[in-house]
Amino acid sequence: MVTYEASSDQAIRLRFPWFFPKILPMPLAIEDVARIAHLARIHISDEEAQRTLAQLNDIFAMIEQMRAVDTTGVEPMAHPLGGSQRLRDDVATEPDWREAAMRNAPAHENGLFLVPKVIE
Amino acid sequence: MSELAQSSVAELGRLLAAKQVSAVELAELFLARIDAHRDLNAFLDVRPEATLAQARDADRRRAQGETGALLGVPMAHKDIFVTREWASTASSKMLEGYMSPFDATVVEQLRTAGMVCLGKLNCDEFAMGSSNENSAYGPVLNPWDKGAVPGGSSGGSSAAVAARIAPVATATDTGGSIREPAAFTGITGTKPTYGRPSRWGMIAFASSLDTAGLMTHSAEDAALVLSSMLGFDPKDSTSVDRPAEDCARDLAKPVKGLRIGVPKEFFGAGLSPDVEQAVRAALDVYRGLGAEIREISLPNAALGIPVYYVVAPAECSSNLSRFDGVRYGHRAKHHGDLADMIKRSRAEGLGPEPKRRILIGAYVLSHGYYDAYYLKAQQVRRLIADEFQRAFTECDVIAGPVTTTVAFGFGEKAADPVSMYLADLYTVPGSLAGIPSMSIPCGFGDKGRPVGLQLMANYFDEARMLGAAHQYQLATDWHKRVPAGF
Repeated sequence: MVTYEASSDQAIRLRFPWFFPKILPMPLAIEDVARIAHLARIHISDEEAQRTLAQLNDIFAMIEQMRAVDTTGVEPMAHPLGGSQRLRDDVATEPDWREAAMRNAPAHENGLFLVPKVIE
Repeated sequence: MSELAQSSVAELGRLLAAKQVSAVELAELFLARIDAHRDLNAFLDVRPEATLAQARDADRRRAQGETGALLGVPMAHKDIFVTREWASTASSKMLEGYMSPFDATVVEQLRTAGMVCLGKLNCDEFAMGSSNENSAYGPVLNPWDKGAVPGGSSGGSSAAVAARIAPVATATDTGGSIREPAAFTGITGTKPTYGRPSRWGMIAFASSLDTAGLMTHSAEDAALVLSSMLGFDPKDSTSVDRPAEDCARDLAKPVKGLRIGVPKEFFGAGLSPDVEQAVRAALDVYRGLGAEIREISLPNAALGIPVYYVVAPAECSSNLSRFDGVRYGHRAKHHGDLADMIKRSRAEGLGPEPKRRILIGAYVLSHGYYDAYYLKAQQVRRLIADEFQRAFTECDVIAGPVTTTVAFGFGEKAADPVSMYLADLYTVPGSLAGIPSMSIPCGFGDKGRPVGLQLMANYFDEARMLGAAHQYQLATDWHKRVPAGF
């Protein structure tokens, strides 16, 4: 397997300066990263949170330019071809994959998924 | 035998029909090539017995009188499509060894057409990336230059087709994941209209953008295989209810009089001179063929990247919430209660880029930020899509560069997410609009690395786009160039 050093591309920062604004009006703080990681149910170490904080602020600084656009009266686009969610007849269509599906479970017993005790 | 490996899908189909080669012989040839070029790291799962069983089945079908241009032709799937016979991991530790109980619709369609699967192809984890460096199973090497990335996320697909270790491969495109790797490896990469190929069985990243497509030697091959991949699928809630069609119907149509729009914003500061030169030369070829080149404007196209990095992470944070270590996927060995088990399983099973995007998504969807980010992004997305509609009143297809530079080196952008994201600057606008687009090879730039020409067309206009690409490939031979040693 190929190994390499991760570096950052200085040339592209010069070619596209407007994607790399120096100032972000409301930068995230380390507590925000912890809060978001909790919302996303991802365990994050302090060291990882620090590194992530810098990257997220870079990304949100880049996103800022979108927030400056005047979108008064513009209908949000959720889906390229519009339309509403299709409904199907309320009938069982899934084949019985139970056994094949259970084979991928990290822990199971008698056809049930096992998790740590929830109710004492 | 190596000459046979250089054959297009169309040629292989003819040889099979003429009984000059059998599906088993072709499968054995490509399996041997995959084995000989394992250093590329293009494949994640190869199971010769499963491949040969499919090949024997194709030969049997032909012996029983079945015909079909694809019957017995080998292919490979990006590891985003779930398959019953090969592990489906999305290049993530989270899904290591996962065996799907079913085949993706696209997998089933190509199997029905008689294609023989060679195995599963490496990619960026959950299709998030532009260099294949985000794979949990190591990056893929670019066959043109093993110090360069093959592009991403479909880097295994692009490298395999460029190296001729698979004649055709499926791929997926959310923001440029077919076109950018195709450009970086000098092959033809095609993304059809959003909603035309089924998403059923494609491991979901951003559901309003994810589109299945192809890596091929040529536009002709893309048209041939794509014709078997379109059509309504009731199992995909955003599938377009529109019949499949013959995508090859416009291949022979001359481009004389075709109006080709060239967005001036795609040639601004930032475009590397070597790429610009190759792309402008390609436009001259079209001019020589009688096409009318006219300048158009897509003023908000540059906002595609910021919009994309709100919309795609938002959808990704929702889609990837299913990975909780309960029903399938990685479960942390050491954990406390259920919530801690989920948090630690996700922390261990997911790589840095998916985690980063999940965090962005969770933030922009969280209370108090939804309107400022997510809703705003959806509105600007509409502005970008509307601009394409205005452009298509002035032109039939749009042409321009695929990427700002040729393939970059390993590690060059790995510590700097925003600079990596800019690799998709010219591909993201078409993804947000959901229109068909493709990359075709149009020359070489710095360090002898390939350059791609991007073609885009309006919704459902794949046939016209592929026809324009094919006419260019009749007049040039860039698509026939093969990297040394392959």
